[in-house]
Amino acid sequence: MLTVEGISFSYREKPVLQDVDLEVRKGEIIGILGPNGCGKTTLLKLLNRNLRPQKGRVLMEGVDLEEMSKRKIARQIAVVPQSNEIRFAFTVRDIVTMGRMPFLSQFQGESHDDMRIVEEAMEKTSIKEFADRLISNMSGGERQRVIIARALAQRPEIILLDEPTLHLDINHQFEVLDLVKRLSQEEGLTVVIVSHDLPMVVKYCDRMVLIHDHRIHALGTPQEVLTPDNMRAVFNIDAVLEHDTVLNAPAVKIIGSCNRR
Amino acid sequence: MDSVAKRRKRTMAVFATLFVILFIFMVLDLAQAFIPLTFEEAFWALLGRGTETHQIIIWKMNFPRVIMAILVGAGLGIAGAVMQALFRNPMASPYILGLSSGASLGAAIGLTFTVTWMPQMLLVPLLAFVSCMATLFLVYYISNVGGRVPTETLLLAGIAVGSLLSALVSLLTYLAGEQMQGIVYWTMGNLTNSNWENIMVVAPLIFAGSLIMVSSSRDLNAMMLGDAHALDLGVEVKKVRLQLLIASALVTAAAVAFVGVIGFVGLVVPHILRILIGPDNRALLPASIVGGAAFLMMCDYISRVIAPNIGILPIGIITALIGAPYFIYLLRRRRSEVGWD
Repeated sequence: MLTVEGISFSYREKPVLQDVDLEVRKGEIIGILGPNGCGKTTLLKLLNRNLRPQKGRVLMEGVDLEEMSKRKIARQIAVVPQSNEIRFAFTVRDIVTMGRMPFLSQFQGESHDDMRIVEEAMEKTSIKEFADRLISNMSGGERQRVIIARALAQRPEIILLDEPTLHLDINHQFEVLDLVKRLSQEEGLTVVIVSHDLPMVVKYCDRMVLIHDHRIHALGTPQEVLTPDNMRAVFNIDAVLEHDTVLNAPAVKIIGSCNRR
Repeated sequence: MDSVAKRRKRTMAVFATLFVILFIFMVLDLAQAFIPLTFEEAFWALLGRGTETHQIIIWKMNFPRVIMAILVGAGLGIAGAVMQALFRNPMASPYILGLSSGASLGAAIGLTFTVTWMPQMLLVPLLAFVSCMATLFLVYYISNVGGRVPTETLLLAGIAVGSLLSALVSLLTYLAGEQMQGIVYWTMGNLTNSNWENIMVVAPLIFAGSLIMVSSSRDLNAMMLGDAHALDLGVEVKKVRLQLLIASALVTAAAVAFVGVIGFVGLVVPHILRILIGPDNRALLPASIVGGAAFLMMCDYISRVIAPNIGILPIGIITALIGAPYFIYLLRRRRSEVGWD
């Protein structure tokens, strides 16, 4: 689906990512994890060409992103960004309707089809009841769902989520990730989640990538990736991976910091 | 779907009201002469009836001024709306950010020094555009703090640069021997000397600039959420922003080139309209065109009623008398109460 080939990226002289290779498979939920400042958000931004790598390339179904317009990329890749504070008096429906932008020319209004897609996206994310409310008056969790609805209105193949649980209360964290999981199963969406919230995200990922020292440290299923050694090296914690029998999902049991003694 | 229809209705009502206001003040303004016409006389003369004297007053004497007022008001209105969205800042406008002063410096230079290789009619707006653009980048550069443009620095930079430039304009006009009359003309604006030649230059520039702005209004909506959001939605942010900045400078330069600096139109009009019809630029930008024209038409009428038979009370005095208190009111009110936050 998305292929990252030998990407290096640096801000000015400071290297952020070096020689990163990654294959995002169709229909999977893949988590990109690592400590704060390890370059995972940068990697996400490279995936839809919001940033351009100094070396290497990103291919979507075999086509180099550099050969595509931003509009064309936005027809297939939707993003739920980290910060979604919106200060303007747009209604929820206005914001979700913006998801149709990549499909419309400058003077073209939204068609009935477009508006049907918008209404559907709001239904799926259970925000239809406040479609006419102002986005500026909503809580962080509600706003997150509005932006997810906007992403769905793009009818994307791939959805990129940047720290989707940040700033959210714990119940809303589950709500958002459950929603993403359900959408991935129902719509066959490919999902890339960037997060530093290891215990939370591990429950939802098919595969994960650990980023450490500008490079991919480990890649595979949670069982393959989250070995005690890897967690010690990347997060500086003593932890073991257990199996949560209630959720039937992997669960990280954190014992403590490596420097606790 | 209810409220979408309701909002559309409200927007239509606002547009209808603006057109009515524009038309009424246009006729009232056309009626202003040494011997003022009544509203009916002006109305019929406008439709091609009435006495020959009335025809001459309306068409020959007053019409160029009215057309210029409409063009300049429309241009300042839409430029203000675009700049507020672009800077994500409710205080931005061509006047507050010093762009009008920047344009007037270029225009004043063009009027003071003639060159042989270009007619003055083109040199003036060209220099106005160049110096407006330079001012825009200067103010933006000064107020940019690590990629953000906070309100405080933007306002301060705009006011400081604007004051400097208008002082230069005053100095230039004084040295050129035009004394007080010319200085007042440039710093407070004056529509009285409008003629068809000027209009033929100003009109296409304002049309072109406004067209660029209106055609980017959907992209501008996304950019109001932040550059990252806009990029994610497929907007070529850098390209669109540059286009819009150039268009703003073009429109401001055209508006200022022959009539001088008229302040606060670009601040007050988009603001009130945003409260009435919401932040969607697809409705707001066209509304700011009509609203700006109506507002300036009204101000011109007021300036002529206050100083009848003289016709030299600068219109900028009226716009400032209305606009500056509104600006202070905005500074005092929390932004949420004026349709932002």
